This record gives sequence, structure tokens and C-alpha cells, in this order.
Amino acid sequence: MTLNQQRKLKTLITGLLAWFVALLLFFPIFWMFLTSFKTELQAISVPPTLFFEPTLDNYKIVQERSDYLLHAMNSVVTSFGSTFIALIIAIPAAYSMAFFPSKRTKDILLWMLSTKMLPAVGVLVPIYILFRNNGLLDSRTGLIIIFTLMNLPIIIWMLFSYFKDLPKEILEAARMDGATPWDEMVKVVLPLSIGGIASTGLLSIILCWNEAFWSLNLTASNAAPLTAMIASYSSPEGLFWAKLSAASTMACAPIVVFGWFCQKQLVQGLTFGAVK
Amino acid sequence: MKRSITRLLMAPSVIMLLVWMIVPLSMTIYFSTIRYNLLYPGQNRFVGLMNYEFFVTDPGFITAVANTLILLLSALVITVVLGVMLSALIDKPFFGRSIVRVLLISPFFIMPTVNALIWKNMMMNPVYGIFAWISESLGLQPIDWLGTYPLMSVIIMVSWQWLPFAILVFVTALQSQDTEQKEAAQMDGATGWHIFRYLTIPHLARPIAVVVMIETIFLLAVFAEIFVTTGGGPGYASTNLAYLIYNQALLQYDVGVASAGGLFAVLLANIVAFFLIRAVGKNLTV
Amino acid sequence: MSYLVISELQKHYDSYHALRGINLNVTEGEFLVFVGPSGCGKSTLLRTIAGLELSSGGSIELDGKDITEVASSKRDLAMVFQSYALYPHMTVADNLSFALRLAKVPDNEIQEKVRSVSASLQLDPLLDRKPKELSGGQRQRVAIGRAIVRQPKVFLFDEPLSNLDAALRVQMRLELARLHKKLGTTMIYVTHDQIEAMTLADRVVILNAGQIEQVGTPLELYRQPNNRFVAEFIGTPKMNLIDVDSFAEKDETLTLNLLNSSVTFPANRIKGSLPKAITLGIRPEHLSLVEDNGDITGRVELVEHLGSESYAHIQLSNDQMIILKASARSVLKDDDVVHINIDSSEAILFNQDDQVISIIAEGASNA
Repeated sequence: MTLNQQRKLKTLITGLLAWFVALLLFFPIFWMFLTSFKTELQAISVPPTLFFEPTLDNYKIVQERSDYLLHAMNSVVTSFGSTFIALIIAIPAAYSMAFFPSKRTKDILLWMLSTKMLPAVGVLVPIYILFRNNGLLDSRTGLIIIFTLMNLPIIIWMLFSYFKDLPKEILEAARMDGATPWDEMVKVVLPLSIGGIASTGLLSIILCWNEAFWSLNLTASNAAPLTAMIASYSSPEGLFWAKLSAASTMACAPIVVFGWFCQKQLVQGLTFGAVK
Repeated sequence: MKRSITRLLMAPSVIMLLVWMIVPLSMTIYFSTIRYNLLYPGQNRFVGLMNYEFFVTDPGFITAVANTLILLLSALVITVVLGVMLSALIDKPFFGRSIVRVLLISPFFIMPTVNALIWKNMMMNPVYGIFAWISESLGLQPIDWLGTYPLMSVIIMVSWQWLPFAILVFVTALQSQDTEQKEAAQMDGATGWHIFRYLTIPHLARPIAVVVMIETIFLLAVFAEIFVTTGGGPGYASTNLAYLIYNQALLQYDVGVASAGGLFAVLLANIVAFFLIRAVGKNLTV
Repeated sequence: MSYLVISELQKHYDSYHALRGINLNVTEGEFLVFVGPSGCGKSTLLRTIAGLELSSGGSIELDGKDITEVASSKRDLAMVFQSYALYPHMTVADNLSFALRLAKVPDNEIQEKVRSVSASLQLDPLLDRKPKELSGGQRQRVAIGRAIVRQPKVFLFDEPLSNLDAALRVQMRLELARLHKKLGTTMIYVTHDQIEAMTLADRVVILNAGQIEQVGTPLELYRQPNNRFVAEFIGTPKMNLIDVDSFAEKDETLTLNLLNSSVTFPANRIKGSLPKAITLGIRPEHLSLVEDNGDITGRVELVEHLGSESYAHIQLSNDQMIILKASARSVLKDDDVVHINIDSSEAILFNQDDQVISIIAEGASNA
């Protein structure tokens, strides 16, 4: 066998192995997707049904249940709302730290990171009581507050590193062209980092959308987002796998697609820039 | 720009995070020293360290601590080892690599409750699940995973969720590995294994440390998977610290004891966070 | 009448002293080039003039006004950056007009100015493109156009050609020289490339370790350096330096003994009194090969043929290496023993403190 053939064979084996593992790990998601098009009977058949006439009934039923729409709406409002608010608060802070750093900037950034390390269970009790006393339990407002605070450090960090990576000379060129600090931020920095801001927002939306601890503990029926709603399917009364699968598919599909788009930002955001 | 303006720009973030950190934490500390049960209002007297004693002597405490650590360590080992192997596997180009990459990372974007339900029902159900079907096809007795091996089941779910994160980080890190260094090693007569062992692994040391620390922060607080699948049971078999505290607070309404437990969790997380923050701070240039 | 006056300018970073008291007068319309080894402070000096770095002491005066404390946006200077620093989110036309729009110049006037600049730099077909769709040379022209369009008092260039390939660099160098001729505006140019410095400058400022070593026309610096640093910095290949073993003055003639041989030097070309020790500096083109009876002898170690000329690296009897410029078709071979004449009319003498003590001969030929 020539060296070239050996190399090709190696690539082939690597590829086959990688495909095998990838399909194995993806199987539960694929199975959920497939089940969502089955009837409830097909869903629990043994041996598992692979070939069947797909039906959209589950999606229709899930759609028709008004509470599904309510929960989906809760997810949308809380994740987009908190992301929007967090961005508004974070952009000026990140801007000021990236372009006008002081001796304490590094300490402030690390301190912000440390607030993210506080385990949620440690503050569950007081938050629960504060929310109860202020009528925030089971409200979208309450969840938005929590999500905003939860993601603020990550958002500031990501924006900080985007701003930091802007070529300094472009800002200097603007200054030489007569730009005031305000002009610099609005006409140069923001347009240049719009991609970074967008992917930061996307990551924040993903994290809010999939958040389960606070959603499960602070909401009941009115403000429960999809994570909490899906959890209610765990009740043992009856097996509604097909409908569960349809609801889950609808709940996860947009986020999985979002996630594919911002893999790289996800790594940077979640590791606080420690891995590039 | 004036110092005062830069302070003004940072003020909202700093104040919000300060409040977010200090208020609940000091309340937790306060609650942990009083008798406070939501079922018996108005009897909030100071009890010193009694809540801590209660929490520590709770029949579930030792199990919960053990479970927390077992869950943490198993999931760490599984995700890091498999993560390194898989990321090395997909580092070189092959047919459909980008699709494989997408398939591999997808589980990370599945919400924890959906994750738990897919595994509980469609994979691990002893009658209708895929695992049961495989066992029967092989002529074996199907296993009631959640009933017999509840903690292991939770470990599988959590690892499935976090393995993609490890892969993502390692793949990103591998891309920054110097190809000329590898080529130089090849010219020096190194085999693929040598390169992996003596160049790739050392190159991944830092990303591995970061993955371990970040996963630790999250794995110490695994909640939804347990909440949805086993409810901590049977008995305390799959109860971890987070679930035990939740159980005290929102099921038994014992705020005092739950607060004491909460502080225990904070302490645990802080030990990890200390190292993480040092590692991150080292290569932070302002 | 000086246009830009820099006095006692200082710049400290935490513990690092980047500029140590710079004094410089620039006349209006002059093309001034800052040159020096990396870390010498040439970029810092330019950026301090631009106001991008704040000075730690001293003053800068432009056109009769003290601008030391004026924000860079209000100094009326334009700068061309090494990376061009074009605004990636704006078209070429928007890049050119950005400063004018910020200054709230009327629209029709902006259009007029942009049109004339883009015509003179051949940017017309590119006006609607974004910077990433341009080649390196085109980006460079846009960056220059962006500076020109504002008609600033002074142009600042920070190594603007260093990102271009060799051929383009030569072409852009010519264009810059033409531009300066046409506009007549004061230009200050930073480079580490001495060929750029020599070809573009009216005057060259040589910086070293945060201080000015010498200011002068390119030819002055080449023929009459102040000290050893300037003498070695200007000229490629470097000037040869040979230690003089002993020397004696007799009848208006200074006899320098070196390498078992002697060279004579007119004593009237010595400034001041004789120093304790002398080093002889001679450029490669002022050494010539002779059949025998040369001033010094050596052994050829290596010959570099450049096509238009060749350079012989020669090992002297004391093992020192010197470089000699020979004709393109020189038949020198490795290990040849050669006799070399030193053209003492072009030699430069240094004292023990590396200061030049000789004056160049009037009317000496410049080979």
C-alpha cells in the first residue's frame, strides 16, 4: 500500500468513527424528532417503529392547547426581554472598561465573574421570599429580573472582549478626523461591533431559554416558560410521548439552530475568554 | 474622557451586581441563624448554629454530599476524557466534518428538562424504552434504569449534555495548536500517538482546567434533571445537595435549615471559583 | 519662521522614559522624516504630536498656537496609519468624507472635495466599495485621500508603506513624493526604512533611545554624521570602522597607524584638539582594490553579487571583517588575498567617545 493510500484509509477510518459517535450522541434528539410525528401508539410500540406514516396531529394538538402558546410566549418574553435589558446596561459598562480602563478595571471584571460563580441554591431561599413578599412569584417581570442579573457578567465580558479586539488605530483615526467620544461610540464602535453584540445577545437568549432552576422554582402556571412547562410532562399520568416530543421539538428547535450559529461565541462567553 | 463619566457608565452594572450578590447572600446568612419555617410564621428567634446542625445531621445529608461528589467526578471524567478523544478525532478534515460537528454539539442546546424527559421516557423506560428493546433483542432482562441505578442514570443525562461543551472548547483550543510544531515533530520521527501525548495533551492542559472548573460550577448545582426524573429518589439515592436544599426550602418550608445548606453550597462553589478566577485573571489583559 | 515648534518634549510610561526632551523646529511645507531603530521613540513622538499620546512635559506649538493640551480632534492634523485604519463599515466615499461630515461642512462642498481628491488619487471607480474589497495599494490610497480631503495643517504618516510588497512600496513612495510637491503641505513621516527616509525627506531626524541624535538633509547625514550611531545607522551596508593603533601629527598631516600600515589624513580637517584614541570610519564604496602596495591587505571570505555591484566581505589581519564595494563583474574569489586602498578624503574619524572629530573635505568626490 502506498503512503498515499495509507493516508486515505486513515482519513476514511477517522471519518467513519466520527460519524458513528456523532450519530450515536445525536440519536436521542433524532428519536425525539421522529417520535413527534408518530401516533401515541406508535410512540410506545416495541420494537420501536422506524417506518410509519408521519402525522402532524401532535403539533396541532400542542398548538391548540392554549397553555402551550402561553408558555412559549413566556419563554420569548423573558429571554428576549432580559437579554435586551442586560445589553442596554452592559454596553456602556463594557465600553467604558474597554476604552478607558483604570487600574481597577481588571479587578472589577474578575469580581463580576465571581458573582456568576455564586450557586443559585445558595440564594434560592431569600430570592423566593423576596419575590413572594413583592408579588413577583410566577411573574414574567420576576423572571426577567433574575435572567438579567444572571447573564449580566457574561454579557459584559463578551462585549468587553469584542470592544477590546477592535483595532485601536481605527478609533484613533476617528479621533484625528475630529470625532468626539460620542461620535466615536455611535458612528464607529457600535457599527463595528454590531456582529459581536448580536452574537452576545444570541448566547444570552440561549442561556435564558434553557434556564431551568429559577424557572422551576419561581414560576407555577402563569409565567412558566417552556422549560418548566415541559417538566410538567414528567407526571406519571398517562404516557403522551408523541405530544411531549412535539412540544419538546418546538421548544428546542430554534435554540439548537441558534446554537449552531454561535458556537465560537458560546465557548468564549462560557469560558470568559480563557479559551480562544 | 473624564473619570466621572466612565464611572457613570459602569454604575448601573456595578450597582445591580453588587445588590444581586450582597442582599440575598446576607439574607441567607441571617436566615441560617434563625428558626424560620414558612408553615409557622412569627416564631423567628435566633438559634445560633442549630440550623447547620440540623442540615448536617439530616439523614440525607451524607448521601447528598456523596452523591454530589460522585455525580461531579463521574461526569467530569466522562466529559473530559471523551471530549479530548472526540475533539482529536474531528480535528483533521474528513467527509462531512462540519455536519458531524453540528451533530456532536447539539445536545448542549437541549433544555435540561427536555433532556431529562427524553432519557427518562424514550431511552430508559423499562418497558417501551430503546435500552429495554436493545436488552430484549440481545436476550437480556431489561433494566429499570431510573429505579435500579438512579444516580448513574442522572450521570448519563448530565454527561450527554456537557460532553458537547467539552468538545466545543477542545476543538476551539486545538485549532490554535501550532501546525508547524506538529510538522517539526513529524520530521523528528514522532508518531501520531507521540504527537497526541507530548504536544496535544500539554497544549490542552489549560482548556481542560477551564472545562473542569466551569463544569464543576454547573455540575455542583444539577437540579432540573433530578427534579424531572427521580425526584431525588428512591429514598435519597439520587439526591444531591442542590436538591436537598430545594427539598428543605420549598417542600418542607424550612427556610432556616435550607439557608444553612445554601451557605454550604456557596462555600463549595467558592473553592472552585477561587481557582477559576485566578486562571482566567492570569491571561486577562486590560 | 518655524511652523511647528517642539520644545523639551517628554513622555514617560510607568517606568519607561520614551521621549527624553525633544527639541525640534519644522518649517512650513517641509517633508520631515523620523527614522531610528525600533523602540527609539519615533512613533511615540509622532503620536504625541498627533495628540494620541499625552505628553508628560514640554510643549508643542503649531502655527503660533500652543496645542500641547488640545484634543487630537481639534488639532487640525491628519494621520495615515500603518494599518490604514479605514472604517470597515463605510464605503470609500464615506471614509473620505467622514471628517468633513463631522465638521458639518455643507454637502455640496463635501461632494466637491471628495470628487477632486478621488480624481487625483484615481479612486473614482472604487468610491462605492468597502475597504475589504480593496487591494493593499488601493487601501493605502484611500487612507491618504482621507487625510488630504481635510486640507490639514500637517500630515502625519506612521510607517504607511510597511504593509505593502516591495514593488508597490517603491511606487507609493514616488506617489508620496509627487503629492508633497503638488500640495506643498508640511509632512512628518515615520519609518524604519532608511531608503524611504533618504529618498523622501527634505530633512531627516535620527532618533535613538528617546533622543534626537542628528537632524539634517539626507546627504549631510550620510557624509557628515555627528557620531558613530548616525554613521552606522545610515548607509547599507554599514560603514566600516577600524581601530587606529597610534597616530602622530606632523606638517599639517596626521598619520594614522593601523594594521601594520599607515594612512595619512589632512590635519586641517580635524575639529578641535587631538583625542586620546581614534577610530577610522570608511564606507564600502570608498575602499578600492589595488594590485599591490595597498593601505591594508585582507583575505576574501565571501562575495555577494547583487547584479549592479558586488560586495566583498574581507577578513583583515586582526580578524576584523570589513565590506568592500566592488564592480559588478569583479573576479574576486573566496580566499583571494587582496590589497585595499582607503580613500582618506572620504574617511571619517571618531574619538574615544564615538563623536565625529573630522570634517568632510570640500569638493571631495562622491563615488
